[in-house]
Amino acid sequence: MGLAKRIIPALDIKNGQVVKGISFDQIRAVGDPVALAKRYQEMGADELVFLDITATIEGRATMKSVVDQVSKEIFIPLTVGGGIRSLDEMTSLIQAGADKIFLNSAAVKNPGLVTAGAQVFGAQAMVGAIDAKWDSVNGFYRVYIAGGTKPTALDAIKWAQELVRAGAGELLVTSIDADGQKKGYDLRLYQQLTAAVDVPIIASGGAGTTKDFVDVFADGSVDAALAASVFHYNQIAIPDLKRSLKEEQVEVRL
Amino acid sequence: MTIVIVDYGAGNVLNVAKAIEYTGMSVKISKDPADIASADGLVVPGVGAFAKAMDQLKAAELVEPIKDYAKSGRPLLGICLGMQLLFDSSTEFGETEGLGLIPGQVVALPQQKNYKVPQMGWNKNEVRLENPLAKTIDDKYTYFVHSYYVVTDKKYIAATVPYGQIAVPSIVVNKNVIGVQFHPEKSGLDGLSLWQSFQEMVVSV
Repeated sequence: MGLAKRIIPALDIKNGQVVKGISFDQIRAVGDPVALAKRYQEMGADELVFLDITATIEGRATMKSVVDQVSKEIFIPLTVGGGIRSLDEMTSLIQAGADKIFLNSAAVKNPGLVTAGAQVFGAQAMVGAIDAKWDSVNGFYRVYIAGGTKPTALDAIKWAQELVRAGAGELLVTSIDADGQKKGYDLRLYQQLTAAVDVPIIASGGAGTTKDFVDVFADGSVDAALAASVFHYNQIAIPDLKRSLKEEQVEVRL
Repeated sequence: MTIVIVDYGAGNVLNVAKAIEYTGMSVKISKDPADIASADGLVVPGVGAFAKAMDQLKAAELVEPIKDYAKSGRPLLGICLGMQLLFDSSTEFGETEGLGLIPGQVVALPQQKNYKVPQMGWNKNEVRLENPLAKTIDDKYTYFVHSYYVVTDKKYIAATVPYGQIAVPSIVVNKNVIGVQFHPEKSGLDGLSLWQSFQEMVVSV
């Protein structure tokens, strides 16, 4: 017996408002972060991820205030990231109420930032985020940075191991191929990852139906599944999803 | 009625304060022994390493004020590492002496196949002893992040969660001194119920 599999709604935040990027481009506003977060807590979300897609300095300050407001009313773990480049930024978000920080592009440019964060806040507070896309010519998952727009030379599985060595206590891995398609999580990616590293894996990208969640927990062996639009537009209700998972023998918090 | 959170440099004290405020109690984060002495309820938080936390408590001269408070019979709640500090000692980085308010020892979670260390996530509580705080989370999931756990007599263990072959004590009680291994401030609506129950304890003393 052990831990429940986690269901994690992701909220993309731009200038203090929740928006959802579909395939990392088109953006539609869907609402107030505190109201949405509260609704998700009541529905049984196990954790919330906030991705800051603001590009401006003013927007950054707004993000800190969003985290502060949310953590006054929502009492489940809050993971925050997007564009974080320094220990100071991490500190200010954790002081505002974030429980975990995820690093993506900044970790690729400077893995020492993950280590520095782990030393100050503990490995459990450092989440390594990876955006991966299958390279069919060379036969490996390639790491992309800058919101999935810029390819790197890194192999996602090896990079995952590197991030864990650097101090990441958990990995949030998005399949660029699957993201926004609603045709299921990229199971092969998660099979490779769970075989390669020992920390919890959050799967992200591709959820369209309840069965997609069943499959990623059963065949992908991940610890948590993240989704955005299927929850925001109420195509899948979290209580229904959890009941279905339980019927399929997936341990969930009900 | 004021709940005092002991401030000795351990992280995320503000999130504990936010949960306490949300359930309607007034809260003060303090390292002043006078505040500890006059508290109606005391919370010892904690994230990080046992030895470092004890060093910080000693450096801030807070060990005796906490022990004196515990003797007063008023409610004391230790959270996560704050719960572990209530025990006699820990084997984390050699043997370190704790506050000694509950008999027992803090030891590392062993390596078990398919059970990662730290235990990080939601696990389901099973109540072992009658206790108002334990009652609020019976058969409910709460949120854990820890690599060490307490080994103590079953007369102090009010609730446990299963982790592989181990029944990890999730709530321990020695009269007015209570420890919770999970984070009630991060355990959703069930965690808030535990804070409400703590508030009732504080009011009824």
